[in-house]
Amino acid sequence: MEAAVRPAWIGLALAVLVAAVAVQPSPAQETVRPIAPQDRLSGSAFMSAEARALQADDASNPAMLWVKDGEDIWARKTGVAERSCADCHGEAGASMKGVAARYPAFDPASQKPVTLDQRINICRTINQKAEPFAPESQPALAIASYVGLQSRGMPITPPDDKRLKPFLEAGRSLFGLRQGQLNLSCANCHDALWGGKLGGSPIPQAHPTGYPIYRLEWQGIGSLQRRLRNCMTGVRAEPFAPNSIEFTEIELYLAERAKGMTVETPAIRP
Amino acid sequence: MPSPATRRDVLILGAGAAGSILLTRPSAATPEQMREAILELTNGAPIRPGKVHIDVPPLVENGNSVPITVSVDSPMTADAHVTLIALFNEKNPQPNVGTFRMGPRSGKARVATRIRLATSQQLTAIARLNDGSFWSDKVDVIVTIAACTEDS
Amino acid sequence: MGRALINVPATAKAGDIIEIKALVAHVMETGYRHEVDGKPIPRDIINHFTCAYNGVVVFEADFYPAIAANPFLSFTTIATETGVLTFIWTDDKAEKQVETARITIT
Repeated sequence: MEAAVRPAWIGLALAVLVAAVAVQPSPAQETVRPIAPQDRLSGSAFMSAEARALQADDASNPAMLWVKDGEDIWARKTGVAERSCADCHGEAGASMKGVAARYPAFDPASQKPVTLDQRINICRTINQKAEPFAPESQPALAIASYVGLQSRGMPITPPDDKRLKPFLEAGRSLFGLRQGQLNLSCANCHDALWGGKLGGSPIPQAHPTGYPIYRLEWQGIGSLQRRLRNCMTGVRAEPFAPNSIEFTEIELYLAERAKGMTVETPAIRP
Repeated sequence: MPSPATRRDVLILGAGAAGSILLTRPSAATPEQMREAILELTNGAPIRPGKVHIDVPPLVENGNSVPITVSVDSPMTADAHVTLIALFNEKNPQPNVGTFRMGPRSGKARVATRIRLATSQQLTAIARLNDGSFWSDKVDVIVTIAACTEDS
Repeated sequence: MGRALINVPATAKAGDIIEIKALVAHVMETGYRHEVDGKPIPRDIINHFTCAYNGVVVFEADFYPAIAANPFLSFTTIATETGVLTFIWTDDKAEKQVETARITIT
């Protein structure tokens, strides 16, 4: 019995399920037709009524525990500069409104796009002269949730910035790249098979509308990178390194793909 | 009757174990263990079906967090009220889920929480009234396999 | 323990049945899981919760490992007088987390 519940079984189950979805092997790069704008649906559209109700009620949504922690971090003086986020940015409700909706954005200093999480750490390092938050750490997720909440209800608006173009195109290619032992691309499932089922779970369209999300599976909150890592291990691919440019490029393409969709942060997902 | 785990049970358990409840004991609590836990509460008093209502989705997409509401038909007056609601399961590692105490000051006999279900199984809610009587409701819940879990 | 979120109406009429929602950050470690190296992860759960209205307990709960992480409770009480609701969560290490909420009877 003990051996029977080891994760090895899950791998087999997923492999069998993926085979059942009947994706034929084909060249590494291929064209899967993207989802038409009017057909786009947030992940919440694929959730149970109970999960949607949980997301809709701030008094029940456990992600709000992290939002409240983020509110404290916003106001707390820190670093050698003894400065809080609020000391420079004032009320987050005004200064951070719409900010999460336009990330990743181009960072002139590094000449690269940065995610919102990376932007927050740049701010910590340069302006607060504090240690950056470790990726996926509780304070990093808390401040990202608090900043993200300020854009709730607003449309995702990727910046119209020429300097982002090559990175965006790299992200588009990565989305269509078959990877891992199961030889599946993001597009194979999320463009071509959305609305179908993988085991008991609906396949959503993979729009980054609610990050950081409280995933019931995690019993906690996590970033878009954590979710992408789950997808990559799911197809038996080696996940990109944390905070690598590849993750940022995929995020850029996901934001472009979800342009105009509504920010739901902090969302619930199964 | 405890039955050997089917292959499907094993897969369901496996999926649940990936990011969450890793069941390392040889088996879950048995319906017998649940009966014993209930006996401990009632001390052998009869349990009548009725008055109690469990509201839980019949099919849940993730056993880590299942919303559940238990309510009891009761005027909740000083003369006639619910003193306790207890929730039991038959296939998690242990049979007790939660026990909730209330009284006439509650106004309503109703409690909502979120629970873990290791696999598909039957839930039993038992209410104790101030007259010493016990009432119950039972409901079956199916837990489906989560896809693309953390360590899948 | 960590952050808690309490939802209590700020005002109510005497005799109103009010709904209370209480959410607390806690892993609710079941005691049935193992680390990757096989070491068991010790049980660490909140096992008890009380809600007192001006010092009188009006609702109480015992939790077992089957209560989900970041435990949530919703229950009701009758608004009687202006005062304070006190919420206490107690974990396996007997550590307590105390939160309060004011209610004004209009």
